Amino acid sequence: MSDITSQSLFELTSNIKEKKLSSEEITKAFINRAEKSKKLNVYVTDNFEKAIDQSKKFDSNPNLDFKLPGIPIAVKDLFCTNGVRTTAGSKILNNFVPTYESTVTQNLWSQGAILLGKLNCDEFAMGSSNETSFFGNVQNPVGENLVPGGSSGGSSAAVAANLTPVTIGTDTGGSIRQPASFTGTVGLKPTYGSCSRYGIVAFASSLDQAGPMTKNVRDCSMLLEVISSFDQKDSTSIDYKRNCYSKELSKDIKGKKIGIPKEYRVDNMPDEIEQLWKNGISYAKDCGAEIIDISLPHTNYALPTYYIVAPAEASSNLARYDGVKYGFRSPGQNLIEMYEKTRSEGFGDEVKRRIMIGTYVLSSGYYDAYYLKAQKVRQLIKKDFDDAFSKVDAILTPSTPSSAFKIGEKTNDPVSMYLNDIFTVPINLAGLPGISIPAGKDKNNYPLGLQVIGKPFDEQNILNISYALEDRINFKNDISDWWLSE
Amino acid sequence: MSIDLKTVKHISKLARISVDDEKANKLKGDLNNIFEFIEKLNELNTDNVQALTSIAETTLRFRKDEIKSENIREKILKNSPEENKDFFVVPKVVE
Repeated sequence: MSDITSQSLFELTSNIKEKKLSSEEITKAFINRAEKSKKLNVYVTDNFEKAIDQSKKFDSNPNLDFKLPGIPIAVKDLFCTNGVRTTAGSKILNNFVPTYESTVTQNLWSQGAILLGKLNCDEFAMGSSNETSFFGNVQNPVGENLVPGGSSGGSSAAVAANLTPVTIGTDTGGSIRQPASFTGTVGLKPTYGSCSRYGIVAFASSLDQAGPMTKNVRDCSMLLEVISSFDQKDSTSIDYKRNCYSKELSKDIKGKKIGIPKEYRVDNMPDEIEQLWKNGISYAKDCGAEIIDISLPHTNYALPTYYIVAPAEASSNLARYDGVKYGFRSPGQNLIEMYEKTRSEGFGDEVKRRIMIGTYVLSSGYYDAYYLKAQKVRQLIKKDFDDAFSKVDAILTPSTPSSAFKIGEKTNDPVSMYLNDIFTVPINLAGLPGISIPAGKDKNNYPLGLQVIGKPFDEQNILNISYALEDRINFKNDISDWWLSE
Repeated sequence: MSIDLKTVKHISKLARISVDDEKANKLKGDLNNIFEFIEKLNELNTDNVQALTSIAETTLRFRKDEIKSENIREKILKNSPEENKDFFVVPKVVE
């Protein structure tokens, strides 16, 4: 049997069901490795002691019908966990201990999973490199001083470094898919309305979705099956019949029509990304898929649209952090001064920048010029996809315009940081499902990902296409464990 | 169109985030760069486009107006920054 922590969720689950491994053995293996991996800075808060207790409890009376029987899982620190500190990577929530559980994490525990701890992320999920976290940057296990992507950077690093078998992240403009691409892992953003947003610290409510981050496509299908559910507590949750994604997983994609959008061939895109894309196309052909050239004419307008819509929603959502009911408070002579000092000291620079953008575009006299304009362009972007999906079953693109960059490389230029999400943002604006799978490496041996985009609620189809491509690509993440300490 | 220092101060007031002059100047530069990038949208004529209001094409559900949780006062006050068993405490607002 291979080392416990390097096993996939599928292998661990099988080993528990066949009584080859106990939950306690597995839980302790991940904890031991975490103790030696502090240099990566993936954990904001660990739950190790309680996790061991829970694993023993599971082993004493194991329910093997569960989908995640006794499996320890660490989650992004954006999910409220009852009794376990939830910070969203921010000083303003540094001391916040929720008294309720997010629906998505509750779905994990209801299927037998055990909370290992809370993973680092960009502050309020605003960032593409995990460098905006109040708790410091995360190291990408792929190479020293590389960013793990963001905002789910602690999550992507933890999966790649074998510190959790799988995890869940959130994706508002690429925050699952971009870090997955940077770390050689799989990340899926489901259709808007698939996974409940209840109990997730809100960033931009019309774009936010939770989703699985895993070592491979099969694990991804297993985890999606658990977390995707209709929820009365989320007013935009959609009631539809969800597939048994793992049972219906198939490599047979013969005859599937896959669209290649010409607008994703952006200026200055490195040759190796172009090559990666070409390889993906030829693998899809090998699997019997039909390749069709398509056009998504408003692609170039997606990022400017996103940087109006997302900050506008964020400025409203983050109005609740005022130092009154929970979180950090900075004292003031009067109420207004307390608000202003609390927010000034409690939020980091990127969050403040976005609140300022949002406040400006929603302010009197500017609403029509910015916010309304953006919502109109968002309609055009959505229509591009509607038109494309009348001709094809799925769309194949690169996940990111580059591989992982160095820590500090882009922190002084917000716009160059934003450009990282050029291929992922349109999918959130249109509410579609998208998955990033590792597909190759660049000249530095850093991973690169391909993205498969699907019709609304067609997660099964993009999982199947990814499953078929994964088999052909046969990606191996060679990670040297350079960070381990004794 | 460019954002001047006065506008930055005005937005920070609206957003209830205090900024000193140095920060305000830095923000002015950042915001102008970002808005220059956003202005790209003006290339598009959207006169006849209906603004998107909801990405999920469903109407909001109705539910019965019932109390579902009881005795949650303690839970709600648990994370209060200043301790007081019955209320949230803030600086005095009336003289």
